[in-house]
Amino acid sequence: MISKRALPYLLLLPATVFLIVFFVLPFLQVAWYAVTDDGGFTLQHFETMRQDWKFMPALTNTFLLVIIIVPIQIALSLGMASLVTKMKTGRELVLYIWTIPLGISDLAAGLIWLSILDQTGFMNSVLFHLGVVDQPVNHLLYNDYPALIAAVVLAEVWRSTAIVLVVLVAGMGLIPKEYGEAAEVFGASPWKRFIKVTLPLLRPSLQTALILRTILAFEVFAVAVALTGTNLPVLMSETFHWQFDLQDRHVASAYALVLLAVSIAFTLVYLRVLRVREEERA
Amino acid sequence: MATISIKGVQKSYGTFTALHGIDLEIADQEFLVLLGASGCGKTTLLRIVAGLNSPSRGSVKIGGNEVTHLPPRSRGISMVFQNYAVFPHLTVFENIAFGLRMQKLEKAEVERRVRRCAGLMHIEGLLERYSGQLSGGQRQRVAVARALAMEPSVLLMDEPLSNLDALLRLEMRAELKSVLQESRTTTVYVTHDQVEAMSLADRIAVMHGGHIVQVATPIEVYRNPATRFVGGFIGSPPMNFLPAEAVEGGWQVAGKRYEGPRADGLEFGIRPEDLEPAEAGFAGEVRVIEPLGAHQLVTMNVAGQLFRAVLDSDRRVSLGETLTLAPRPDRVRWFDTASGLAVAA
Amino acid sequence: MSAVTETEAAAFVPADARRAGRMLNAAIIILLCVWVLLPIYLVLVNALSDPQTVTGWPKHFVPTFDLGSLSFFISYAGVLKALGNSVVVAVLTMVLSLGFGAPAGYALARFDFPGKGVFRLLVLMTRAFPLPLLALPLAVMFIRTGLDDSLFGLALVHTTLALPFSVLITASLFSGIPFELEEAAWTLGCTRLQAVRKVVLPLALPGIAASGVFAFVTSWNEVFAAAVLTIRNRTLTAFLIQSLDVSPLPLKFAGAAVLVLPALIFLFAVRKYLFSLWGIANR
Repeated sequence: MISKRALPYLLLLPATVFLIVFFVLPFLQVAWYAVTDDGGFTLQHFETMRQDWKFMPALTNTFLLVIIIVPIQIALSLGMASLVTKMKTGRELVLYIWTIPLGISDLAAGLIWLSILDQTGFMNSVLFHLGVVDQPVNHLLYNDYPALIAAVVLAEVWRSTAIVLVVLVAGMGLIPKEYGEAAEVFGASPWKRFIKVTLPLLRPSLQTALILRTILAFEVFAVAVALTGTNLPVLMSETFHWQFDLQDRHVASAYALVLLAVSIAFTLVYLRVLRVREEERA
Repeated sequence: MATISIKGVQKSYGTFTALHGIDLEIADQEFLVLLGASGCGKTTLLRIVAGLNSPSRGSVKIGGNEVTHLPPRSRGISMVFQNYAVFPHLTVFENIAFGLRMQKLEKAEVERRVRRCAGLMHIEGLLERYSGQLSGGQRQRVAVARALAMEPSVLLMDEPLSNLDALLRLEMRAELKSVLQESRTTTVYVTHDQVEAMSLADRIAVMHGGHIVQVATPIEVYRNPATRFVGGFIGSPPMNFLPAEAVEGGWQVAGKRYEGPRADGLEFGIRPEDLEPAEAGFAGEVRVIEPLGAHQLVTMNVAGQLFRAVLDSDRRVSLGETLTLAPRPDRVRWFDTASGLAVAA
Repeated sequence: MSAVTETEAAAFVPADARRAGRMLNAAIIILLCVWVLLPIYLVLVNALSDPQTVTGWPKHFVPTFDLGSLSFFISYAGVLKALGNSVVVAVLTMVLSLGFGAPAGYALARFDFPGKGVFRLLVLMTRAFPLPLLALPLAVMFIRTGLDDSLFGLALVHTTLALPFSVLITASLFSGIPFELEEAAWTLGCTRLQAVRKVVLPLALPGIAASGVFAFVTSWNEVFAAAVLTIRNRTLTAFLIQSLDVSPLPLKFAGAAVLVLPALIFLFAVRKYLFSLWGIANR
């Protein structure tokens, strides 16, 4: 007979051990690899990384993508969530359609948009039928930087807005209707209601959505590789390149540590800026 | 068939003590009601008898057997829960049969007992339905039938009627009483509703702040409350209390002299229905009149205190009028000011 | 009198404006549906057209309904094996993340105990970390333990991705089942385990299945760790990304279609739970 007090710990044990072995320790190990060489402390790997000519482009590209993609997705999802909460019929169907990309991998999304944006893709075909072009034009030229960024942004917004939408729709569902109705009785316009009632009450969900989405946006990888090959290096693809092609796990770990640092920094900022004080909780 | 013996049961959660050393003996076939306001510890006590909570100290015996450390399934009890706890994924039949199947009874016996208990609770027609297709009252019946089908030595009920609407509650109360009188199972019943307690109980245990303050028959609890709290808790409207001042050879209450027991300080108590119009009574100005059909509830100001009287509705009373009402002498109760305990006259 | 007509006028104009607003909303909703569906349709057009059409130009917007591209994809060396590997890893991930996650979810839902907050924090912390990076140190660990280039090893990494969600989802599932039902089962003769098996699990099963599907899709779609950790035992995503620069367009697009389809089907199966479970468990 297992004592009542021990039971919850026994139930947590497998998951805890698993997370320690496959989550906590490996991340400590990444940090270790990044700052050691044959057991001795060194900053050489960071130096190698910094002097790699692709490091700065990868860093700026990643940040640029995050800074463009995340706000678009938040705004888009807020709009979509407000639209859908007002719907009376067909709500289920619309939500299903809008969340389909949730099940689509970044690689598949990259390939899907490749089929559109490629030289022989559907976009050129439309342009041809409209008489804008008379032969296939390559829109994803290696030196057309804005086009490459735009392509990745397009594919990422298409693919991963759904996760923000799900969190926000669920969050809006938790806000009692009476609050909005009360605001309406006191004469608030729909826009004022959204700004003064919905948004503040949505803060916990907004925080979650921002953290989830920003971390994932820093991990942008397969979309960029599928659409641009090596023409638009990002932090994740460089990590992969050093680990897999150059077989240098120390420099790869240095890259990983940079990603880790920005991820955690952003999480902390969101937690601080969007915090919900204890006394505000209903 | 079993007695229940609770000895020195104490329950603390951290620094909070929910039960302070409870002692209670419940006789075989007795219907005992644990009555008290929310947070008084009555449900905790019931759950300790059920084995759903374990006491910090003390022991519980059922039918003479020590069960303090046994799980619920080994205690020979069954229980009716406040929210019925009818399993939503099983039919009514399977719900009632659940405990019988756990005991691995023969198919025919399961069938027989389910039919009999469903019959007792008048739900024979619902056996193939699921919980979601039942009304609250019907779910309540399933929960009781499921508990009875176990043929337990002790039946425990945790506010079983509190989620029903008023009319249904009245109906179920009468039905429960007749079914349980027939089954003669030792029953512990938790409620915060004094009318329910009065109408069902052989004995009532009134609980307050983790203590049992009085255990007695319903009439005894009503007529002779053991403490000022019980007098104020039981009865609707509750007992009136007036401060008493010691004077030579007795006590002065609202300007009138009464004989009373000797004590350091006393309070005078009288139930609102035990007042009769008389010249030699308490005088008070009528503040509120509430007609209740057969009676009217009159709230007066007697010596600066709110004072309620239940009068026949034929009697004309008008606001602002000064009434004089005399207490029936045999119904006057005295309470010690310091301890709140009743003091015999 | 004039006040009355003014209010009437005020009520009249917004009614008209409201109708226009509704039309606009409907138009935006439809447009957004097209935005989501069109790219998927287009890649399916490619997958269901013959290879010449796929590489040709200009494109047509209806498929030629030729299985050429798909059969080319299927017969391409390594594809079938990769497909099989993807399924095996995803199923393993599903089993592991439910096997470890559900008991933990039950503990979070049913008990109050010291250390509960710490465990929750550990689970929530995984969100702030770019988890696919785990593949780097684990690659070394796997070489030491002989798990390198193995499907089981990859499934372990994918479980790290899926486990936090299955813990949180099952916790919210179990808290949604009244504890009273379990207590009732105990008073009716069940042990703790029997009560879970006979009462809690049947009620939680659809939700648990949904959580399993999420785990499956997580693994099925994962690219980075799969590409780092497998060499000969590629999963489909790893296979596709590593042969991107050498594979012809029909192969890529057929591959994309094959990647997308199971996810679509699974998502459809669990759509009911998407918002109730996932959205809330994520908070």
